[in-house]
Amino acid sequence: MSSITNHLKTVGSPSLKELKGSPGFPDELHLKKGPIAIIECIEEIPCNPCETACPRGAIIVGHPITKLPVLDVEKCIGCGLCIAACPGLAIYVKDYTYSDTEAMIVFPYEYYPLPSTGDKVTMVNRRGREVCGGKVVRINISEKNNKTPVISVSFPKKYFEKVVSMKRLLNKRFLSQWTIHL
Amino acid sequence: MKGLIESMNRIKHHIILGDLEERKKVKIVVDGEEMEAMEGEMIAAALLANGRKQFRYTKRYHSPRGIYCGIGRCTDCIMTVNAIPNVRTCITPVENGMVIETQKGLGKWKRGGSCV
Amino acid sequence: MYKTSIAVIGGGPAGLSAAIEAAKAGAQVVVMDENSRPGGQLFKQIHKFFGSQQHKAGVRGIDIGKELLEETQKLGIEVWLDTEVCGIESNKLLWVVKNKTKSVQVLAERIILASGAIENSIYFPGWTLPGVMGAGAAQTFINIYRVAPGKRILMIGSGNVGVIVSYQLLQAGCEVAAIVEAAPKLGGYGVHTAKVCRAGVPFYTSHTVLRALGENKVESAVIIELDDSWNPIPGTEKVFEVDTICIATGLTPLAELAWIAGCRFKYVPALGGFVPLHDDNMETTIEGLYVAGDVTGIEEASSAMEEGRLAGINTVASLGFYSDKQRERLCNEVRERLDALRRGPFGEKRKTSKEEIITSRKEIQCPQ
Ligand SMILES: Cc1cc2nc3c(=O)[nH]c(=O)nc-3n(C[C@H](O)[C@H](O)[C@H](O)COP(=O)(O)OP(=O)(O)OC[C@H]3O[C@@H](n4cnc5c(N)ncnc54)[C@H](O)[C@@H]3O)c2cc1C
Ligand code: SF4
Ligand code: SF4
Ligand code: FES
Repeated sequence: MSSITNHLKTVGSPSLKELKGSPGFPDELHLKKGPIAIIECIEEIPCNPCETACPRGAIIVGHPITKLPVLDVEKCIGCGLCIAACPGLAIYVKDYTYSDTEAMIVFPYEYYPLPSTGDKVTMVNRRGREVCGGKVVRINISEKNNKTPVISVSFPKKYFEKVVSMKRLLNKRFLSQWTIHL
Repeated sequence: MKGLIESMNRIKHHIILGDLEERKKVKIVVDGEEMEAMEGEMIAAALLANGRKQFRYTKRYHSPRGIYCGIGRCTDCIMTVNAIPNVRTCITPVENGMVIETQKGLGKWKRGGSCV
Repeated sequence: MYKTSIAVIGGGPAGLSAAIEAAKAGAQVVVMDENSRPGGQLFKQIHKFFGSQQHKAGVRGIDIGKELLEETQKLGIEVWLDTEVCGIESNKLLWVVKNKTKSVQVLAERIILASGAIENSIYFPGWTLPGVMGAGAAQTFINIYRVAPGKRILMIGSGNVGVIVSYQLLQAGCEVAAIVEAAPKLGGYGVHTAKVCRAGVPFYTSHTVLRALGENKVESAVIIELDDSWNPIPGTEKVFEVDTICIATGLTPLAELAWIAGCRFKYVPALGGFVPLHDDNMETTIEGLYVAGDVTGIEEASSAMEEGRLAGINTVASLGFYSDKQRERLCNEVRERLDALRRGPFGEKRKTSKEEIITSRKEIQCPQ
């Protein structure tokens, strides 16, 4: 595998530099202009549901399907339909303009338990490290997402670049059981 | 008997698989101790759910063995079931009243054992 | 003796897809599987599949499994469960133990072998302690039996199976302490590793497990760093308090029956070991014996299904259900989809290895 994915293949997550060199990552200008999809898929794998899912034709994979997804920043409106369609859970939408002080992230989250709207949660970076707090704005568990919940969280603007997901909530049931039984 | 169905390592809620459906409970006897199990589940799953990890002890060094492959290939999980030794518990479903014993070495055939 | 046109050994994605293709053409098919439930590994796979729409991308393995079973039922395909095929006595006669008790001989005009693969083990002091298990075993317990194998797990191996099972352990409410990889680079798809990475699971490349410690079960594990020639570097040990160690160090094709039948083999590391030679119609060096899925080399469920279809189409074609032209058309559709899956940095190696198998098959004259 090429050195372009060195960080990904040793640490497990792509570095910002690796992402910025990939065709699914919006440029600085569009990144901060309004809601937009961010695709963290930088390895050629046989896959294209993101392309099929986007109603505006803003993601192009083409043929063969191992080509990297290319985001058309002019066409993407940040609707988020591609998020749950991606089997790699590699797409999220960010909105820098959400409010004066806060940005918003809309991301896939496939863990039990789910948070509730209004909950205060902890946001994490690509390595799962805590970055800042956030507030759950919306939880989308529509049938169409095929059991991949999509969560919207607002968080302070200054952490815009770092935040990619939410810290998993403790599965308390299991913990109490285990202290008794294992 | 331990009231186990409520307090064991069962994954009751799952984001993809949904809530664990209620199933009929059966009783099994493991080394003399009565335990609850779910009808139709594999013996190994019932034991693990009850916090049991050692299934047998080897002949020479008496070292413990548990689940290894989970699909009936490795024979690590064999136990004496209804007096029949060497039963692969990961692919043998529980039955109400089943008597399960930790197997020591090659196990012993007892008179009156019935087929599982 | 039981007589059938086509006998399929193994009811995983490859075997079921083969049976469906054959039954669609009107052939009589019987599928035999040693488990009490058909589907092979599919029902453990609760994640969404890759590929394109034609490959059912975005659908979860478990749902693809349900679809295959529905189709099997609709076509009236006979499925014998709890049935182990123990031998192929000549190329058309199978020795079968039906329902775990009854010995039956099955005479088939064509045989499709889709027996899948087994997990590789690695050996280290303490590896026999209860709590050390195959990643596939853990996957079976959490996703099928819904019982957690432990609270805190150390995963050995960063290929797709290791990383996917780690993710599914997190989904089951377990903790994954770390994923350890002996090679200097991670093996699985980057989107999978990124997913568990942002869940806070650390990866240790160029590391291996040194020993498992514990009285009667695993209580901790020691890992150690490896140098460029894969030798342990003393002083780099790290201890993890875990109650479970999962081994995900690759799969090996389960090809005993092909050996017994007398098939010619080739050793191909990229495909997981010894693989029966076959042509591009999936027929082995034994006439009338076809193979599909993991037994022909480790790939993934999507390609196993395509290979199954290819074997199914060709068996019935060889029995006269399709004209050459029909067969070519149907096969080409499948081959195109297979080809799409065997591209990119991950697929390319499998593609060339597969081509090697087919070329070696061609070089063997007069197989009988
Ligand atoms: C533990 C494990 C986890 C995996 N996880 C993934 C994953 O997450 N994603 C992915 O894409 N791929 C995964 N794979 C890779 C695998 O290639 C595919 O998932 C796929 O299941 C292969 O299909 P198959 O039909 O060839 O084999 P299988 O699905 O293994 O089916 C073969 C069937 O044949 C049966 N059988 C074997 N021998 C006999 C006999 N003599 N008599 C009767 N029945 C017999 C077996 O019991 C089994 O049911 C995994 C593989 C394993 C082993
Ligand atoms: S966010 Fe909406 S418009 Fe943008 S790429 Fe995704 S599906 Fe297309
Ligand atoms: S669907 Fe996801 S994993 Fe597949 S190509 Fe698109 S971004 Fe990559
Ligand atoms: S765990 Fe391997 S046979 Fe049961």
